[in-house]
Amino acid sequence: MTIIKADMAGTVWKVLVQEGDIVEAGQDVVILESMKMEIPIATEVGGTVKRVIVAEGDFINSEADLVEIE
Amino acid sequence: MTNLSVENKHKAYEAAIKKGGKEKYHAKNKEQGKLFVRERLELLFDEGLLVEDGAFANVLSGDLPADGVVTGIGKIHGRTVCVMANDSTVKAGSWGAHTVEKIIRIQEMAEKLGVPILYLVDSAGARITDQIEMFPGRRGAGRIFYNQVRLSGKIPQICLLFGPSAAGGAYIPAFCDVVVMVEGNASMYLGSPRMAEMVIGEKVDLETMGGARMHCTISGCGDVLVKTEEEAIDYARRYISYFPDNFKIKPNIETPKVPANFEKTLDEIIPKNQNAAFNMYDLIDRIIDEGSFCEVKKLFAAEIITGLARINGQSVGIIANQPRVKGGVLFHDSADKAAKFISLCDAFHIPLIFLADVPGFMIGTQVEKLGIIRHGAKMIFAMSEATVPKISVIVRKAYGAGLYAMAGPAFEPDVCIALTGAQIAVMGPEAAVNAVYANKIADMPKEEQASFIENKRNEYREEIDIYKLASELIIDEVIEPNKLREALERRLDVYKSKQVDRVDKKHGVRPV
Repeated sequence: MTIIKADMAGTVWKVLVQEGDIVEAGQDVVILESMKMEIPIATEVGGTVKRVIVAEGDFINSEADLVEIE
Repeated sequence: MTNLSVENKHKAYEAAIKKGGKEKYHAKNKEQGKLFVRERLELLFDEGLLVEDGAFANVLSGDLPADGVVTGIGKIHGRTVCVMANDSTVKAGSWGAHTVEKIIRIQEMAEKLGVPILYLVDSAGARITDQIEMFPGRRGAGRIFYNQVRLSGKIPQICLLFGPSAAGGAYIPAFCDVVVMVEGNASMYLGSPRMAEMVIGEKVDLETMGGARMHCTISGCGDVLVKTEEEAIDYARRYISYFPDNFKIKPNIETPKVPANFEKTLDEIIPKNQNAAFNMYDLIDRIIDEGSFCEVKKLFAAEIITGLARINGQSVGIIANQPRVKGGVLFHDSADKAAKFISLCDAFHIPLIFLADVPGFMIGTQVEKLGIIRHGAKMIFAMSEATVPKISVIVRKAYGAGLYAMAGPAFEPDVCIALTGAQIAVMGPEAAVNAVYANKIADMPKEEQASFIENKRNEYREEIDIYKLASELIIDEVIEPNKLREALERRLDVYKSKQVDRVDKKHGVRPV
C-alpha cells in the first residue's frame, strides 16, 4: 500500500482516478492548482486505487495524503 | 624487523604500507562493493599517484600503515590535483595524530600550488586513543576545517564520500564545493544510530538517519548520488574539467560542439499556455553543447535545475526553473540550492545563465514558518554579488520576486533577454484581476462575471506585453526561441573581458 502525497500546498483542481482504477507508475492521479500553476501529481507505483482521500476544491498542505494505491 | 638488513627492512616497510590494513578488512570492503584506497587513486588519476608524502607515518607501530590516510598529488586530464584519501582498512579510516597532520599538509600544499584538492572520505571519525594529539590543538582536526574555509573559493574542493563521514569528520563534505555520495555505503551524521538511541532515545537505522539517498534528496548535504565508486570517480574527473585550477585563472575552453539534434524545435516544446507544465531539461539540451550537462543537486529541490554545461566549448553555470516540478515555484530549499551554485560559479569565473519560468516564491503559512524570505534572500544576495557574465533569459514568465531571484533587470545582468511570448509582471493575469477587482466581481450578477474577468485579463495581458517592456528598455532583447542558442553564443563571446570592481568594504553580511 502506498499513499500518494502532495508535494506542495494548494487546491485540488482535478482528481483523475476513481476507486478501483488500475494505474501505472508515473501516471498522474491528481492535478493541484497552486500559485496559478497546474501541478500534476503522479503515482510512483502501479496498482489499484484503493481510496481517493481528497475531493476537488479541497485546500491541502504540502505532504497531505491524496490517494491510496494498493 | 630489527634483525633485518637495512635494505630488507625498507622493503618490508614499503610492502606493509602499500598493503594497508588486515586482510579481513579488505575482504569486508570487497563485500560492501568498496575499492581499496590505492585502487581508488589508480582510477582517479591519469597515471596513478605521482607523489606521496608521509607514507611512513606511524610505520614503527606496525598496525597503522600510512596512519590510515594516503596524501599526495596526481594528474587529472593532465592537470595537477592534490588528494587525501582515507584507508578504511586501517582502524576504519579513523583519524589519529599523524592522519590529521597529513591532511593539513596536503591542504597547505594545494594552496601553495594553486590546484584543486579532492577529499576521498571513508572514515569512522576521531581515534579516541589519540585525542589529545589530534583533536583540540592548533594543528588538530579543527585545522582541517579552518583550512577548508580558507581555501573555499581559492581552489576547487571536491568530496567523494565512499563510506561514513562521522561526527566532526562530517564537516569535510560540508565545506567542499560539491559532495558525491555512493548509495548504500556513504553516510554523514553527527551521532551514530547507537549514540542517538543512548542519548536521545531515538531508534533509527543509518540509511534513514544519514544515508546517501537521504542527504541527496532531503537534507541537501549531498550533491550527487551514484551507484558505484567508479561512477563517483568518473563524475569527479568530469566535474573538474569545467573549473580552472584556482580563482586567478579562467576555465579551459574545450572543443566546441553543436547541441544534440531533436525532432521538435525549442519553439515547439514551450507551451503557449502559461500555466501548463513543460520539461526544462528539453530546453537546456537544445542550447548547450551536446552531452555537456553536468548536473549538481539533481535530486534535491528539483523545482530548480542547477548544472555546469558548455556553450561553444566555454564553461557556463545554468540556473533554470523547472515547471514540471512544483510548477517551477521557488521554495526555501530551491533558493538555498541556487545560492550555493551561483556562488560556486562566480568564485571560479564561470558565466551564469538564468532560464526563468517562474510563478514566484511559494506563499502560505508552511513556507513562512520555514523562513522562505530568509532563504530567498540568500539566492538574491548570491546572484547580486556575482560579477561573472550574467545572462538572464525570460523563457515564459517571471512573476514577482521570481524575476528578482532569476537575475532580473535591476540586478545588473549583462543582458535580460525575453523569448517571444514571455511575460514579466508582479503577478500573472489571473491573480492580478482577482486582486484588483475581487469586490467588484462579487457584487456583479453571476452571468456577467466570466466575460468581465476575461476582458480584464486581456487588458492586463496587453499592459504587460513583452514588446511594451522592450520599448520601455526594461528588457534588452526579444528573440524567437529557436534563436536562443545563437544569441547565447554571441553574448558569451563578447562578455569574456567583463571586469567589475569590487565594492569597497570588507564583506557583506550574508543572510544565512
